[in-house]
Amino acid sequence: MKRTLTLTTALALIAGGAWAAKTDVTIGLQLEPPHLDPTSAAAGAIDQVVYSNVFEGLTRFGPDGSVNPGLAESWEISEDGTTYTFKLRSGVKFHDGTDLDAGDVVFSLDRARAEESTNAQKALFAGISGVEAADDTTVKVMLSAPQGNFLFNMAWGDAVIVAPESIENIKTNPIGTGAFTFADWKQGDSITISRNPNYWGDAPALEEATFKFISEPTAAFGAMMAGDIDAFYGYPAPENLAQFEADPRFNVLAGNTEGETILAINNKMEPFDDVKVRKAVSMAIDRQAIIDGAMFGYGTPIGTHFAPHNPDYVDLTANAPFDPAAAKALLAEAGYPDGFSTTLKLPPPSYARRGGEIIAAQLREIGIETEISNLEWAQWLEQAFRGYDYGLTIVSHTEPMDIGIYARPEYYFQYDNADFQTLINDLSVENDPATRSDLLKKAQTIISEDYVNGFLFQLALTSVVDAKLNGIWENAPTQAVDLTGVSWSE
Amino acid sequence: MLRYAVKRLGSLAVSLIVASLVIFACIEVVPGDPASFMLGINAQPDTVEALRNELGLNKPLVERYFSWVGGLVTGDLGTSYTYRSPVSEIVSERLVISIPLALFALSLTVLIAFPVGVLAATRRGSFTDVTVMGATQLGVAIPNFWFALLMVLVFAINLRWFSAGGFPGWDAGFLVAMKALTLPAVALALPQASILARVMRSSLLDTLSEDYIRSARAKGLTTRQTLWRHALRNALIPVLTIIGLQFSFLLAGAIIIENVFFLPGLGRLVFQAISQRDLIVVESVVMLLVFAVIVVNFLVDLAYAWVDPRLRGRA
Repeated sequence: MKRTLTLTTALALIAGGAWAAKTDVTIGLQLEPPHLDPTSAAAGAIDQVVYSNVFEGLTRFGPDGSVNPGLAESWEISEDGTTYTFKLRSGVKFHDGTDLDAGDVVFSLDRARAEESTNAQKALFAGISGVEAADDTTVKVMLSAPQGNFLFNMAWGDAVIVAPESIENIKTNPIGTGAFTFADWKQGDSITISRNPNYWGDAPALEEATFKFISEPTAAFGAMMAGDIDAFYGYPAPENLAQFEADPRFNVLAGNTEGETILAINNKMEPFDDVKVRKAVSMAIDRQAIIDGAMFGYGTPIGTHFAPHNPDYVDLTANAPFDPAAAKALLAEAGYPDGFSTTLKLPPPSYARRGGEIIAAQLREIGIETEISNLEWAQWLEQAFRGYDYGLTIVSHTEPMDIGIYARPEYYFQYDNADFQTLINDLSVENDPATRSDLLKKAQTIISEDYVNGFLFQLALTSVVDAKLNGIWENAPTQAVDLTGVSWSE
Repeated sequence: MLRYAVKRLGSLAVSLIVASLVIFACIEVVPGDPASFMLGINAQPDTVEALRNELGLNKPLVERYFSWVGGLVTGDLGTSYTYRSPVSEIVSERLVISIPLALFALSLTVLIAFPVGVLAATRRGSFTDVTVMGATQLGVAIPNFWFALLMVLVFAINLRWFSAGGFPGWDAGFLVAMKALTLPAVALALPQASILARVMRSSLLDTLSEDYIRSARAKGLTTRQTLWRHALRNALIPVLTIIGLQFSFLLAGAIIIENVFFLPGLGRLVFQAISQRDLIVVESVVMLLVFAVIVVNFLVDLAYAWVDPRLRGRA
């Protein structure tokens, strides 16, 4: 009898174990972060691991790209738009047990905008003229001029709140306020985070999450198929997606990113200093053929440097319709009836390498011969980005709302248009939503009609996810794998 | 024997100094700035400059060379630009995977190659010999990454006996860790074993046709006794050379296999460090590999002298 009882208990235990939903998850990522401080490097891989999971800012991005309250539960903006008074949540603790207070916010913002700051997005903080703590939970941020997208800027991973006590070791032992605490980093292999029992907000469903770094597309396929990982965020081999779609064990998510993929043109280099030539290049490009050929159909054509899912987006693809005959005529008009030859420098991502081959073929149709060179990122930064030594190149600009780069004449496409620069200045000090919307639309139109670059497509984010795993963000308003809302069904 | 060893040590030191100069020069002239890589395409020029100062990249070249070599001598390999932790720590974390993997693969190589090579040589011209020659030809020809993918497909995806890759760490248990290294080790060992078996066979055949073997047979030793006492030991010299080269190759050349099985080994570290322009890591790891190769060659030289007394006098 006793034996039967034990057996029944054991069976019940086994069954019980099987019924309880899983509380851990393993997520595949292609790139490993170099370190874990989002406030001192550009690497998107850092944000993918720590954004919203480990670190939080005053505001935070929602899955749809909206800006929501983060560590600040509310804020007031002064009449003239130059003072923001943030009210911090009370009872927020850092993972080392210390309290979050206004002093930490002052420290974080001052550190980011300091002279010796190595914040990769220092421009986000450029408008701040002073930060002060009014009391323990109130912070005043003074701006030198009104700044329309200040709350948006504060939601970036580069603007998260860090504590002075833990700053020294932040790169290897990040101490934030988020729903997960950093647990372990097996360098070269994986990073594990675990549920923060003292989290101020709703406790996440997951107890533990592991990010596993797999850079090889074939290895990613093997790991997913063998069940070593539960999801691959930003799956690197679009050619396998059809196979995953057909398999009931998996879901394929195809979402938007902030990545405008452009055929960048060196605007100061002959013959590209002639708008007719740039227009000809744009019209020689068949965007859909590139999306189909290089991205296996994933991606949305764009006609300007702006994300199509943004409410202020204007569809300007008609400014440069695919029309090789017209493009050839334009070239002749500009004095190049027989075309010319130029360089096409391609960084490593597959959108550039595959897309580059297709674009080279399309440009050949109108008489432009391209000399393709494949570069590593470091070489690309040196030659094309800093040295302006390129004719054409393909890059996806993944920062959100980055149309402002067209107002920087020293930026690598060397577009110098005083009207556009004034417009961006007006935009940055404008607070009225309707006027802002108008200005943004105008900005998109100007660069589209100046054919600054060949605007190709908005990069898609494709992820392969176990069919029972819910809550993985489909879109990527920022480079984050926010796990606070992720759970297993049954 | 001692004089021989000292002379070898001297040439070892010279090789290391020359290597350090070549490595530093090569890596410093590679285009690409680590600071701009880390800060990306939205960073402002003054931020990049601030980071360059922080990393010490604005110091003169000669000063940087001497501080690097000085560090190497005292065992301080510097601090990684990207990871911001000591290179020696990063490297030793990788070595606990790369060295066991290389040893595992090398043991498999030797365990396969020796019997196969001896068998083929002693039965020269037989069906066994022809089969061995054919199979090893195939083993040399098949690229190891392709073979690795094939094994993942069969043993990880279809049969699910192994993980498709990754390394759980030694604290997960010796057997668990060894299991994770099994497919990579087999993939690495197969082509090496094929090469070694062929070298073993031809070297043994050469030795077996020597006069002293005939003498040994003539004085009444059996074929087996001749083989073990006289032929094998003399046939080992070229085999040892190959093993020495293979160990260095397995330690440094596992980059592709480590990527296929996403193992956090030394090869993958170098690969990543090169693309991120983490120069200090690349320099130190390459130097370490050069050191390993030179030391292995030194040991192989000593082993020659051990198996072949004639070499001790020469040097």
